[in-house]
Amino acid sequence: MSTYDRSMALTGQPPKILSRNQKIATLIGMGGLGILLLAAFNVSFPNKGLWLTLSLMAISAGTIWFSWDAYTHKLPGIKNDGVWFKSISSKGLWGWMAGIALTGFYIVLYFYPEYLGLVKDGNNKGVIGLFDPLSRMLSGNPASQWFVYGTLYTVAILAFGIKFMWKYRHNRYERIRTMSVMFFQTAFAFIIPELMARLNGDKILNGGSLPYYDLKNVWPLNYYNFEGYRIKSFLSSGDIGFALLIFGILSVFVITPILTYKYGKRWYCSWVCGCGGLAETAGDAFRQLSDKSVSAWKVERWVVHSVVVFVTLMTTAVIYSYLGHDTSKYWLTKSTFLIGVASLLTLVFAWVMLFKRDQFKKDAIYGAIGYFVIIMALIGFHFFSGDGNVFLFKSETLRKSYSFLIGSIFSGVIGTGFYPIFGNRVWCRFGCPMAAMMGFQQRLFSRFRITTNGGQCISCGNCSTYCEMGIDVRAYAQKGENIVRSSCVGCGICSAVCPRGVLKLENGPLEGRIDSNQVLLGNDVDLMTLVNKK
Amino acid sequence: MENIVIIGNGIAGISAARHIRKLSDKRIIVISGETDYFFSRTALMYVYMGHMKFEHIQPYEDWFWEKNRIELVRGYVTQVSPDTKQLLIDGSRALHYDKLIIATGSKSNKFGWSGQDLHGVQGLYSKQDLDLLEVNAPNKEVCKRAVIVGGGLIGIELAEMLRSRDIPVTFLVREDSFWNGVLPKGESQMINEHILEHHIDLRLGANLKEIVSDGNGKVKSVIVAETGEEIPCDMVGLTAGVSPNVDFLKDSGIELRRGVKVNRFLETNVPDVYAIGDCAEQHDAIGNRRPIEAVWYTGRMMGETVAQTICGNKLEYKPGHWFNSAKFLDIEYQTYGWVFSERGMKENEAHFHWRHPQEKICITIAFDQESGQFLGINTFGIRMRHQVFDKWLTQEKSVDQVIEHLADANFDPEFYKHHEADIVSKYNSDFGKSIKSKKKSLKRIFQIS
Repeated sequence: MSTYDRSMALTGQPPKILSRNQKIATLIGMGGLGILLLAAFNVSFPNKGLWLTLSLMAISAGTIWFSWDAYTHKLPGIKNDGVWFKSISSKGLWGWMAGIALTGFYIVLYFYPEYLGLVKDGNNKGVIGLFDPLSRMLSGNPASQWFVYGTLYTVAILAFGIKFMWKYRHNRYERIRTMSVMFFQTAFAFIIPELMARLNGDKILNGGSLPYYDLKNVWPLNYYNFEGYRIKSFLSSGDIGFALLIFGILSVFVITPILTYKYGKRWYCSWVCGCGGLAETAGDAFRQLSDKSVSAWKVERWVVHSVVVFVTLMTTAVIYSYLGHDTSKYWLTKSTFLIGVASLLTLVFAWVMLFKRDQFKKDAIYGAIGYFVIIMALIGFHFFSGDGNVFLFKSETLRKSYSFLIGSIFSGVIGTGFYPIFGNRVWCRFGCPMAAMMGFQQRLFSRFRITTNGGQCISCGNCSTYCEMGIDVRAYAQKGENIVRSSCVGCGICSAVCPRGVLKLENGPLEGRIDSNQVLLGNDVDLMTLVNKK
Repeated sequence: MENIVIIGNGIAGISAARHIRKLSDKRIIVISGETDYFFSRTALMYVYMGHMKFEHIQPYEDWFWEKNRIELVRGYVTQVSPDTKQLLIDGSRALHYDKLIIATGSKSNKFGWSGQDLHGVQGLYSKQDLDLLEVNAPNKEVCKRAVIVGGGLIGIELAEMLRSRDIPVTFLVREDSFWNGVLPKGESQMINEHILEHHIDLRLGANLKEIVSDGNGKVKSVIVAETGEEIPCDMVGLTAGVSPNVDFLKDSGIELRRGVKVNRFLETNVPDVYAIGDCAEQHDAIGNRRPIEAVWYTGRMMGETVAQTICGNKLEYKPGHWFNSAKFLDIEYQTYGWVFSERGMKENEAHFHWRHPQEKICITIAFDQESGQFLGINTFGIRMRHQVFDKWLTQEKSVDQVIEHLADANFDPEFYKHHEADIVSKYNSDFGKSIKSKKKSLKRIFQIS
């Protein structure tokens, strides 16, 4: 038994205490949070714009100063000293407290925004009221709980993004990737949609108004993108609205497959996506907490693929429910739509079964099950649906349960609230249907892989430990196998923390990408032939 | 059913066990006194540094062993009797074997220094050493200074570990430059500088005279032989190499020298007894290799080889091209083929050395100065592709060809700065050549026709 286990302190025993600079930085950051907390308790601030600015500046400055002090006196290199001794990053008391606080915040945010000061018809109060001036400056409208959330989210990605870039300052892949997520969050998720809201009612939209649209947010992550009210707003907003709708469809069926083929799903998950952006920056301290056991992997595959089936059904049902029967009004009718969806799924299924069957093995059964569930349900839609009713449920019920279970509870409360307990990619790993669909393609049809460098692996386990997606990277590396896993988001940390330079993320020819043979170079060639015989 | 007993659950023993299971249905028993389950020895340092917990450095989940019918026994083997094919665990439990594989690894060297057995003095090899370090040097309050004796790979790892808890470290290195028995001087010099950058008190050309007791059986200080200086300290790390852990075999009739003597089939002088890994000693060294190879990779290869032999497919231990790797604080080191230091340099061996003007990055390429054949490369701070160098060594490429295609061998993460242009221009100016660097080619790297 190691002796550090003997400590009775609930907080563990970090090898380093906070420096004076870090203490001041903590004080400043907490001060910023304190302003928000006071506002939440309805302390009325006289000059809201000023106090909000102060608060956000203090939070960012505190975070940035704290991390600057942590890394500036050190040489560039891997900075994981004491990760498992610190209470916050090893499921200690601070970790649990942070987890509970975050979870509480998400519950209030999703289900009780009135406690944050949201007033339906009238002036906002509380913390949402504090954000009104900023919201009016950007979009011209008063703030909502989502605006507050979006702002804090962006501040977190920016401040912790800077921290992350210092931490990995020797690693250009990590630095460039982080700049990318910071950019996409700030521009695409935050500023552009807010500014776009200013166009609503304008001449160029023919007087229509666009739905709030984060352009990089692709269906099925953006599960509501094709709901009736959004389609109506798109179509009522002139050429721009129509172009955005087309872009939304293209991004699912054209842009995503092409980029995933060329670079793997990392182009999205760890370079563009907002969920991924938060996980990689603010969540970086928790990446080692993901469960690497085989049983966790089994759960992961069932859960995440069930979500895919669920979201496909739900979206189909929702679109189906607002389409008409009459071809003369609009070319796309209920039945053409269903036939379209069914043939698309059949095509994908047939292609996989024909060309990729050998890579699929036992998993083929699961794939087939998922596929037939969907197809049967589609047929069910057709025969059992009345008006507004699809299959046995109302499409609205299906939509509402998805939005509640997956959209709120899974991606928000569990996905982010439980960062300090389950690791920073719980949502991406177990819940995100977009990640699952791209992962499916990544496994079967993409140039991306993590190459294992011959026989250099020493089985140390840094790669597996720091894999936020819970992939047991070492299991492949120590056999000399390349890592081609559908869940890999390409964050590059396994490669960074490897002390022997064994792993490299790269894009290359499909041929020989997945080689289940043991290729441990440095061995006798005859021996390797024998080892691989079975 | 044949009873295969393996003493030692390190990489060599476990590789053997896994591969015997792959090939056969034999009963497999693995005995270890050190730990219940296999762990990565090279990763012990990361547990002390807090990068990982001990469970993380165990490559297989605990259910793996039962599922694969590999029986694990905890205890130290105290006696082996080849006549009766029996061994004793902890002096009492007797176990019969049909075939025995000795894979007991190494132990830290102690050269009879005065005070070497005091409290606070330890080596760094086993799980027990790691636990002891938590007692001897849990933090900088208990351990106000540590002295490390012996400038090799374990010594610098121990220094890195202690520095991760801000413990001041004095590092006594016998050589006049770090690890220069292995590394050429340019590289060794760069590592010297890097050690100092990490605020480690590096003493080159310094030997240990004695370790001084505080009167209560605990270390108080060490005395340096050359200067007579007394350095107060609370912990002394003895990291002057390792030697085979074979003392328990002394009266067994199994032939020993420093290690267990084996032939190329990894057989000892006694039938049905094999030795693999750190504790095996070849009768004749293979190529440029040492008779005893205490390296992770060779342990693994020997385990795989002996598994074939035991399962009826008698196979010679034939390691391929030499390779190795290590990490000196923040600097990664890889080597492919042979590059010797000035002390060990072969006849006709010439070196090309390039070092980055600011960063801690350098390479040394060894080649035959008459034939121009490429012999090996050491790289620091640049990752190289094993597969490519393995191929080049097999094809006996010339150094010019290697320099020309160096971009193909680069294994650094994407977007890293490339140094091939600088390396080639230094090579051209050193040797009066006019080689142009070829662009990286996926076709060549992945060997597509």
